[in-house]
Amino acid sequence: MRRGRCTAARTRALAVALVVLGGGALAPVALQAADPAPDARFKQLLQQDFRPRGGAGMDRLEQDPVQKICTETHDRPPAGPREALQKEQLEAIRWPADGHFLGDWRAGEKVAQDGRGMTWSDLPGAVSGGGCYGCHQISPQEIAFGTIGPSLLQLGRKRGASPQMQRYVYGHIYDAKAYNLCSTMPRFGFSGALTEQQIKDLVALLLDPDSPVNRP
Amino acid sequence: MAEVTGARAGAATHKALGVGRAARAIAAAWPWVAAILLWSGADTAMAAGGASDPVDAAIARYHEMLDEGNPAELDEMRGEQLWKTAAGPAHASLEGCDLGRGPGVVKGAYAELPRLFADTGRVQDLESRLITCMTGLQGIPESEIVAKPFSTDSARSDIEALVAYVAGQSRGVTMRVPVHDAKEKGAYALGERLFFYRAGPYDFSCASCHSSNGSRIRLQELPNLSTTAGAQRAYTSWPAYRVSQGLFRSFQWRLYDCFRQQRFPEPVYASDATIALTMFIAANANGAVYNGPGIKR
Repeated sequence: MRRGRCTAARTRALAVALVVLGGGALAPVALQAADPAPDARFKQLLQQDFRPRGGAGMDRLEQDPVQKICTETHDRPPAGPREALQKEQLEAIRWPADGHFLGDWRAGEKVAQDGRGMTWSDLPGAVSGGGCYGCHQISPQEIAFGTIGPSLLQLGRKRGASPQMQRYVYGHIYDAKAYNLCSTMPRFGFSGALTEQQIKDLVALLLDPDSPVNRP
Repeated sequence: MAEVTGARAGAATHKALGVGRAARAIAAAWPWVAAILLWSGADTAMAAGGASDPVDAAIARYHEMLDEGNPAELDEMRGEQLWKTAAGPAHASLEGCDLGRGPGVVKGAYAELPRLFADTGRVQDLESRLITCMTGLQGIPESEIVAKPFSTDSARSDIEALVAYVAGQSRGVTMRVPVHDAKEKGAYALGERLFFYRAGPYDFSCASCHSSNGSRIRLQELPNLSTTAGAQRAYTSWPAYRVSQGLFRSFQWRLYDCFRQQRFPEPVYASDATIALTMFIAANANGAVYNGPGIKR
């Protein structure tokens, strides 16, 4: 969750470095700096070389403005469009009508464990999981966790479980791009992968004092 | 992600290699690695926060155990038989197939693919080139070859066995994928663009998982394919025998299953898009010694 700020700081540091180096080679690509492939050729390639399967239709290859700017800037969008798009994403979050954010942490643990959903081999319309352990450390007893995202162990103990914090965590799971435009994390509510109840259960997993995440 | 589906009873031929069977059993119990972690006392290290060396060490030990015997050898042998045996309506073997180093030259060919082929005017990876030879020399219809290019428990893919044989003939050869011709450069550029293209319900690109060092999904380490070192280490160990599936897997399969988990539509087998992406990764691996076929969890 703190990653947003870290990334922003790193972005600034990189921007400074770039100026110092006079725009030196930053691209992570190892070989020659090939010109980016022309738009028309690239779009044609996507259209001809992919095909719909299961629930994965060709519309998935079309980028929305967030995906587009993050692709074009290698996840380092300029401040102006970044803030405008983040605002747009924030406004699109559907907050729980009952005003409650904390669900059941036990159900949340199941959602966090379940990595299924949205692939062409999943049944269209089947309930998805969050697959959270793919990228995050969460409950201490689960040691098969990924490291693409930050560790969330003890999140509630470290950051508290105030209504503001609950709302922030709910929003972050619903649409991480509202807080950090080019975050690697999927927009689980925005994309329809997770339901309101599933997100509430995840908020409880992360913030409820009784959750294993927050036990001393 | 959830690919630990258990050891396959169907892999009867692989029983010849006892080690392979043992390795499969290990992968079937991937949480077994977790057990090593506990023995290592890694739990306490992790409680201190974040990834830790004991985790990497345990995973490395697991890979060392796998390396002791690779059932891909059996796929290589089957592929060699297929290569040398007359087949198809034309009753021809593939021994006249030009993989880039001249007709019939298999040694070192994989380390220089993908490349531009003058006869087709296309940049081709190994698998698309095998299709060219199987259709052209043997008269096998392309539709038949691409209908089921990947092995399943019940049906082994011939093209994957051929891949095992050809790739094995580049073991110890330095990767020198040509990016000289305009079409080769074009393929590289398209592949690079595809690598960083974010789309789909989860906003993933290849780079989402493969452009940082030392990251994992669950306990699976992710190569950083945007760096020379990362691309070299990963590309030179594919194609590979996949222990958890009890099957040999080609590089086209690797891309196919990545796109599935990326929540994209299905990439067309041996299409220009998949070849371009292969070109990007393979050329980034240039200079490394090819060491496949590998063995993977």
